[in-house]
Amino acid sequence: MMLVQKPGMLASVQDLGRHGHRQVGICPGGALDVLALTLANRLVGNADGAAGLELTMGGCEIRFETDTRIALAGDDFSARLDGTPIWPCWSVPVRAGQTLKLAGANASGAKKAGLRSWLAVAGGIDVPPVLGSRSTDLKAGFGGHQGRALRKGDRLALGATALDAAQLARRPFGLRGPDWGPEEGGSAIELRVLPGPEFEQFTAASHALLWSERWRITAQSNRMGSRLAGAELKRKRSIDMLSSGVIPGTIQVPPSGQPIILMGDAQTTGGYPRIGVVIRADLWKLAQAPLDGRLRLVQVDMAAALEAWAGQQRYLAQVAQGLAAAGWSGPA
Amino acid sequence: MPRLHPLGDAALLCELAPPATLAQQQQIWALGIEVQQWPGVGEVLPGMNNLTLTFDPTAIDVDALMARVNEAWPRLSAAAIEGRLVEIPVAYGGEHGPDLAAVAAHTGLTPAEVVRRHSGGEYVVYLLGFLPGFAFMGGLPPELATPRRAEPRTAVPARSVGIGGEQTGIYPLVSPGGWQLIGRTSLELFDPAAEPPTLLRPGDRVRFVVESVET
Repeated sequence: MMLVQKPGMLASVQDLGRHGHRQVGICPGGALDVLALTLANRLVGNADGAAGLELTMGGCEIRFETDTRIALAGDDFSARLDGTPIWPCWSVPVRAGQTLKLAGANASGAKKAGLRSWLAVAGGIDVPPVLGSRSTDLKAGFGGHQGRALRKGDRLALGATALDAAQLARRPFGLRGPDWGPEEGGSAIELRVLPGPEFEQFTAASHALLWSERWRITAQSNRMGSRLAGAELKRKRSIDMLSSGVIPGTIQVPPSGQPIILMGDAQTTGGYPRIGVVIRADLWKLAQAPLDGRLRLVQVDMAAALEAWAGQQRYLAQVAQGLAAAGWSGPA
Repeated sequence: MPRLHPLGDAALLCELAPPATLAQQQQIWALGIEVQQWPGVGEVLPGMNNLTLTFDPTAIDVDALMARVNEAWPRLSAAAIEGRLVEIPVAYGGEHGPDLAAVAAHTGLTPAEVVRRHSGGEYVVYLLGFLPGFAFMGGLPPELATPRRAEPRTAVPARSVGIGGEQTGIYPLVSPGGWQLIGRTSLELFDPAAEPPTLLRPGDRVRFVVESVET
């Protein structure tokens, strides 16, 4: 068991998402950074699809009531286990009674003011799957822990781990993760984008602005979408659109001209023109991009998008091989 | 033929030219049933006059997929799609339908006449979206069309029946919303523990049955 002593701004149980139900309006949801949750799970001997916690802007405190093993991935909130620092992408033994603390995003000592991190625990968070997933659908209020964000005092059960006692207690080790969080010096995070179905409806000037602007991520961003502020994007003609499917990464432009990049909890259909779609391989960067941070959108073609995805899969395969070579047992 | 355009690197939009008609929508549903048999295709998501499908680009190349849609489209039989008929009891007006008077005022009909016409028609579920189980239905009598509220409500009660422009629909869950609320049903539209989790599915036909009217 683990006890949530402080949930921070928003903490919820998430796995790789609830798939196959878009047709009836159910969003995929799941961890907004699938790569981070996957890495964290592998580091504690879990299957990639085990449920972990998505933590927003640090500021949380979790007490473990059983011996287990944890890994954090994502932005570094100066995490400490009973005072000892824990680095992102490290696998760390935990004894019953120890407390994990993440500093708040704006606390001094936090290295990077990022947005989210993911916590995996050996065995995974044991909540009942709903429609094939343990993810919390915060908007519809089901799945995860009682269909809601975690609160102070919540107790979460852990599933059965494949690790034996010796593996659970093995001394900490880690791997080199992707470069999470904004670049040093505050330069913009680059997201690669494919032109969307309504790209041609926008003016040439708006096309140029889309790729040249340093877009600011506003505080009105959440698990449904990142709202950007910057140049005003305009269509050649204002024509009403019929409801049409949207997926995470879709860049919608409402009449305000300020784009919204949809995330995992977005509704399944939308009626705003889609000027572009962030490629799958880069969505994790957006999940971690801090509020008020800057984004630059870079146009790519389908071949480049697929190569970026393949590169990410190669990295995950290397991680699996490296862990196996180090004698770390994954799920059978 | 539908216009085809990738939606990112793992989804494809198939979109027909407007206006949306039931015949076109039936062919959209037929396309959805067809493509789900194809290797590499994941989910299908009907929209209004369009269909989005997700696919695994390592299993099927997007150009090959587009060619296959183009090849399949002319031989899809729209007539094969026949949804179920679902009757939905509605308590119209009063606290269940706080905007019934506003709809009556806008349309120039009496509240009782709005109820009579709304419950007199047969509707078709074009798609589910916005919320789990939220059905966008076609078939609203044109004279009942009423613009959305200028200020959307921050919390529309679950199971509220509303009119938004030329569409009617039911809010499955408490959510923000701008549609004109004319009544409420006692039926559960979305139950994640049920199989299937939603009462309505694309293609279903819907009749609203008057349970009570408060004007």
